[in-house]
Amino acid sequence: MLLKELCSLCAPSGWEDEARKFILENIPAGEVTVDTMGNVIVHKKGKGKKIMVAAHMDEVGFIVSGFTDEGFVRFKTVGGILTTVLVSKKVVLGEKKVPGIISAKAVHLQKRDEREKLIPMSELYIDIGAKNKEEAQKLLDLGDYGTFDGEYTEFGDGLVKSKALDDRVGCAVLLELMRNEYKNDMYFVFTVQEEVGLRGAMIAANRIRPDLALVIEGTTCSDVYGTKPHETVTNIGGGAVMTAMDRAAVSDREYFELIKAVAARENIPLQIKRTSMGGTDAGSIQRSGGGTKTAVLAVPCRYIHSPVSVMSKKDFDSVGRLAAAVLKELEGREL
Amino acid sequence: MKIEDILQRLDAPVGVSGNEEAVRAVVKELFAPYCTEIEEDVLGNVMGWYRCGIENAPVVMVEAHQDELGLMVSGITDEGSLLFCEVGGFDPKTLPGTEVTVHCEGGDYFGVIGAKPPHLVKDSGKALAVENMAVDIGFKKEQTEKIVRVGDIITLNTGYTKLAGSAFAGRCVDDRGGLAAVVRTLELVRNYKLSCDVVAVATVQEELGLRGARTAAARLVPDAAIAIDVCHGTSPGVSDNAFPLGKGPVVSVGPNLHPKLTRQLLDRAKEEGIDVQIDVDSGDTGTDAWEIQVAGAGVPTALLSVPLRYMHANYEVGDEKDIENTARLIAAWLLTFKGGDRLCY
Amino acid sequence: MELLKKLTRCWSPSGREDNIRELIAAEMEPYVTDVYTDPMGNLICRKKGNGKRLMFAAHMDEIGFMVTNIDDKGFLRFVSVGGISAHNCVNRGVIFENGTRGVISYEKTVRDLNLDKMYIDIGAADRAEAEKKVSVGDMAGYDEDFALMGGCASAKSMDDRVGCYALIKAVQAAKTCPNDLYAVFTVQEELGLRGAKTASFNVEPDMGIAIDVSMVGDTPESAKHSLSLGKGPGVKLKDASFIIHPKAREFMLGAAKAAEIPYQLEAAAYGGTDAGAIHLSGGGVPSGTISVPTRYIHSPREVVNLADVENTVRLVTKMIETGI
Repeated sequence: MLLKELCSLCAPSGWEDEARKFILENIPAGEVTVDTMGNVIVHKKGKGKKIMVAAHMDEVGFIVSGFTDEGFVRFKTVGGILTTVLVSKKVVLGEKKVPGIISAKAVHLQKRDEREKLIPMSELYIDIGAKNKEEAQKLLDLGDYGTFDGEYTEFGDGLVKSKALDDRVGCAVLLELMRNEYKNDMYFVFTVQEEVGLRGAMIAANRIRPDLALVIEGTTCSDVYGTKPHETVTNIGGGAVMTAMDRAAVSDREYFELIKAVAARENIPLQIKRTSMGGTDAGSIQRSGGGTKTAVLAVPCRYIHSPVSVMSKKDFDSVGRLAAAVLKELEGREL
Repeated sequence: MKIEDILQRLDAPVGVSGNEEAVRAVVKELFAPYCTEIEEDVLGNVMGWYRCGIENAPVVMVEAHQDELGLMVSGITDEGSLLFCEVGGFDPKTLPGTEVTVHCEGGDYFGVIGAKPPHLVKDSGKALAVENMAVDIGFKKEQTEKIVRVGDIITLNTGYTKLAGSAFAGRCVDDRGGLAAVVRTLELVRNYKLSCDVVAVATVQEELGLRGARTAAARLVPDAAIAIDVCHGTSPGVSDNAFPLGKGPVVSVGPNLHPKLTRQLLDRAKEEGIDVQIDVDSGDTGTDAWEIQVAGAGVPTALLSVPLRYMHANYEVGDEKDIENTARLIAAWLLTFKGGDRLCY
Repeated sequence: MELLKKLTRCWSPSGREDNIRELIAAEMEPYVTDVYTDPMGNLICRKKGNGKRLMFAAHMDEIGFMVTNIDDKGFLRFVSVGGISAHNCVNRGVIFENGTRGVISYEKTVRDLNLDKMYIDIGAADRAEAEKKVSVGDMAGYDEDFALMGGCASAKSMDDRVGCYALIKAVQAAKTCPNDLYAVFTVQEELGLRGAKTASFNVEPDMGIAIDVSMVGDTPESAKHSLSLGKGPGVKLKDASFIIHPKAREFMLGAAKAAEIPYQLEAAAYGGTDAGAIHLSGGGVPSGTISVPTRYIHSPREVVNLADVENTVRLVTKMIETGI
């Protein structure tokens, strides 16, 4: 399964090589360009409007920032990961996929106030079992990247657990969308470095100068225990998520209404994201060149940016169907 | 058997305190090639006898605990998630973002202990308490209520991973590492003529307060006992009460431990060229040794520990060499132990 | 309910269980073969049988107070006997065994209150008058009477007189008994399961079941406990003192199902019952706890649901009749 394979790839922002290689091998059709930052741009020529469909292939992860004399690995997070989900998790580092455990003091040795406090990043490190600095340096270099380790697992009522659902769901949708025939001039873009500031999309949009863009994402969902009803943001199983406004972009009004109408007509469940937090490549694309109308469709993901993000297969399917229907609709319409 | 192979056998089965059936079965399989009789008491302690053939030979108990930490379902939320309480002492900070298995009457279910998304987390610097966490098994309340019952056991989905050199990470190396040393000890002595009977014991419910050791020792009242458990390994920020990995077993001294028995072990280590480290415990060692020492009319007891980093976390990191050397040391001592008055004051 | 009323009215803090023991012994004698008191003060009621030894335990002691000092003005300083929180006894009445009544109050402010800053006022004019009524070392209990409220009852010492009630009624009601049955009314549970420890050492049971009260989570903004009032007795699978043995679980649930008695499963991080002591006695004993869901435990007014109480009696009766 495409999504399963995509999620298993290790590709944190800045070192997307593994995802890029897989995607290049799986592109069904079109003219392929890899730009200077590593974005993969697939052009399917057409006579109509220039449309950019984007998903980011990077994920949140880690970068090796030092070694202690005892052989422990110092690291920094790449992208937004809360320290709450780091402690005692398994990671893989570098090209050799060196396994390691993010570690902290045993609970018995913590003083009372330490037990109640979060551990600051400066006190976390990765244990790869090396005896000393030299042995660690034989396995890893400064600047080597890593990600959480974990398998794609189906569970519950049609749900999926994996790392990196944000945004391998988007990559999977794009690889499917590419198989269709379009009248418009289509650019399918797999961007890099979204998690560190929507950076790949910026230069890709500058190169393409699209008339319209559709961004496919994985987004926040917190319909879980301990969250107040007004803070849930999205619901799992509630359908594709469309963003009205987030920190990076406000959706184009007409485009937004068009997507709503298409979803209603095609009977595809759609929910509007109930927060303005977060940001996607749409922010970079919207403000590229002379400006571009953008919209974002997303799969709701519980526990996003953690090793155990969770989505519903139904929602994933809704996003794919709705994106295809919207792209088709855009063939006959001017915005 | 290589320590690595024993560890992998013991890492797989779950055995949360009070629910040790699965690990118990594996322990029995591992004891079987070396033991003439294997007994199980009412709480589930496993006792395997390796007899020397001498009538009324002194009995030495070599033990480690078979149970592990876990969680237990204590309720179901409106969202269909599971509230839980701890069986044994976790560090709650290790739990968010962890994959788990919920063991239900109708089978095992996958779940995750979620973490709130970043935008909902106020930066209070405070860790989440267990009462405010829940296991998401992906079902709504009505379905969940059909599947899960209060009291069902939850375990973490972590497992054995080889790290650099002879280091490894695993779930509940506390005290499967100790059990591995027990098995390896039996293997090492089986080709030698001993002057004592060895009873290898895997105790239950240690993590709930040394409960199994109390009843096992009360039943056996051996002539001497060696408990094998884990102690803290050194790591950044952890140097007090901690020992480096790979530098041999840690031998405890203090009121809980019998001075002559401990002395004999240290002497044997020297003679055999086995590296050991010494831990000074001023009172309760927090291990089965604490209960065994006062069983019946008293049992001379020694404690050997395998240094372990991140005790009670999702992954515990140890060194296979330390386990091997623990077994070698016990075996070397057993070869010379003849009982009698050698342990009297 | 007359018996429950009598039991909760009885004065017997931990270590001073004479009154309650006498009361229970009188209730039990006609129904069992043998009634005796062990050196700790446990009341052991045996219904002789040939089969395995089945032991039930309900503790008959209650929490209370002990006088540690009498001052010049006749006020008494005290310590708690068992777990008592300061907020539970502010301005509440207490009574001594000789009938002397008092009120517990506090110095200065109610903020940051602890028992060290509290005292008992027995209305004495000075030390001399106080010492005529009370001595250092005397114990007091809450002074509250049994009351019906809707389908519930409230009283002091429902913990664990309601357990005693259930055990007495069950032994009286049981038509058959395939086991050698020991109904034990233990002492000093509130001080650390002390009575149950020696009782089970003496009895050497094959199975031990404690009957005790347990916290509920059904009141406004209460802590999360799985039990509610009115949904039947709790079958406790874990607390801080024990974790259920599969045989005990089977025994309890089997009886509940066979008699179609509603029950609730329960797993808690805190708390302890006599099962904690019983299961570690000798070479180990499969043990469990049947609990009566109770609100406001260790307060002067502990509330139970009467239907739960009756269902607890039915469940214990069924367990006795089924046997192990």
